[in-house]
Amino acid sequence: MAPEWQVAAIAGGIVAILALASLIGFFLKWWSGWERPSPVVDNLNDRIKAWWVMVALLALAFAAGNWAVVLLFAFASFTALREFMTLTSTRRGDHYALAAIFFIALPVQYALVLADQYGIYAVFIPVYAFLFLPIVAALRGDTGRFMDRVAQTQWGLMICVFCLSHVPALLNLTIPGYEGRNLLLVAFLLVVVQASDVLQYVFGKLFGRHRLAPSLSPSKTWEGLLGGAGAATLLGAAMWWATPFTPLQAGLMAALITAMGFFGGLVMSAIKRDRGVKDWGRMIEGHGGMLDRIDSLVFAAPIFFHLTRYFFSTT
Amino acid sequence: MMEGLVAIFVVLLARLATGVRAEWRGTGPELRRRIYFANHVSHGDFVLLWAVLPPAIRQTTRPVAAADYWTATPLRRFIAERVFRAVLIARRPAADAPNPIEMMADALAGGASLIIFPEGTRNAGEEKLLPFKSGIYRLASSAPQVECVPVWIDNLNRVLPKGEVVPVPLLCTVTFGEPLTLRAGETKEAFLARARQALLAAAPRANGEGAVGKGGGDGA
Repeated sequence: MAPEWQVAAIAGGIVAILALASLIGFFLKWWSGWERPSPVVDNLNDRIKAWWVMVALLALAFAAGNWAVVLLFAFASFTALREFMTLTSTRRGDHYALAAIFFIALPVQYALVLADQYGIYAVFIPVYAFLFLPIVAALRGDTGRFMDRVAQTQWGLMICVFCLSHVPALLNLTIPGYEGRNLLLVAFLLVVVQASDVLQYVFGKLFGRHRLAPSLSPSKTWEGLLGGAGAATLLGAAMWWATPFTPLQAGLMAALITAMGFFGGLVMSAIKRDRGVKDWGRMIEGHGGMLDRIDSLVFAAPIFFHLTRYFFSTT
Repeated sequence: MMEGLVAIFVVLLARLATGVRAEWRGTGPELRRRIYFANHVSHGDFVLLWAVLPPAIRQTTRPVAAADYWTATPLRRFIAERVFRAVLIARRPAADAPNPIEMMADALAGGASLIIFPEGTRNAGEEKLLPFKSGIYRLASSAPQVECVPVWIDNLNRVLPKGEVVPVPLLCTVTFGEPLTLRAGETKEAFLARARQALLAAAPRANGEGAVGKGGGDGA
């Protein structure tokens, strides 16, 4: 298949699934009664509507080219970071450090990704920002809960900016025989991660009986995890033609992406629990905040990037 | 015309910088005279409160602000007097200056709603809410039929702490609590305590609870 047809196949598949979901949502609303508010059905329909918007934004960015994909994820990082830092307990003494992560670290990281400077963007936040931020905080002289505050700033930056920037960084890989098709690799990652989330939700809602981690998340069940992860792995394997992988490799990658995504969701749930909130924000109707939508992607992206780079890329 | 454009610009800027969201918890937005009283941590407080009000209510709502700060430069004076039509009061009025409470009462009598900060000064300390000055009681006495609406402005002190120049784009919420009116025969102390309690009750409890959504949770 020519790359154009592969893009068309993936886009067509997503649109078909969303159209089907919208139909089901419409039918459920009709079945439960138009006038009667039904939290589950209304939330489902809000989510489906939000999916249309997110897919449209991604499609626009993909059509515009690499710079637009980088820009879109920089924006996602920005909104995620502000949701994350809003829930931390930083103080006045962290003000310069906070300004630095929003206005220096974030734009520089994405500019380096756009400029294809792997040697710097792979270490910019874990090394340079890691050492620079506590210096800035220390110079302000407020020692109360110092390590606590520094760690929270650090963690927010790693999760929301560094990890997420590995999605557009996939565009920089040079894979023999796969030249000019890296956008498909981004699409593969996004489709598998998000499909896994959706499928776990669907399997959980339909068959969920046994709670998996009740202290972290009331809605995660073994049935949801196994059904969702299994189906997402099969989906990933079935998309091998869009990747540089064999069907078996694509399935293994998808399984790994799914597992990382699942545990990412658990970790982010633990933080929300600790902060006493249910969602990170309200930006995306029906879903909650940006971080609620991308928590699994954040954990899957760096691992997927580095495995692909190590085993398949020449750069 | 110019004022309207500047107002739109200020509202957009405030929304962009803080992602501010209104929570009408104890009352809904209503187009009638009210006294909105809020916690005070920044000069931007009333801008944020004003920005989340529906446009029709904004038109008739005037903030009460410190004259010395808001007349210090021509730009501030323009924003305060023309854009927000603020009631500018002297913090330490001279003997012959108009009485601040009378100025506020006049504005109320003229049909406007007011935004006031009963702490009297910006709170830069660790304490959640400073003791109230008596102004809100005297104002409520002059117009006992007007509802006082407690408004908690959350996180703005982290966006732009006192003395900082660069704002950090954290998310802010503005929560409208349960309104109260002066009861017949209520003493100053009792009313101030009740108003302060109502404002504290409007504050989000856990750290960051202001940013909680009712949607998603886990999954897709």
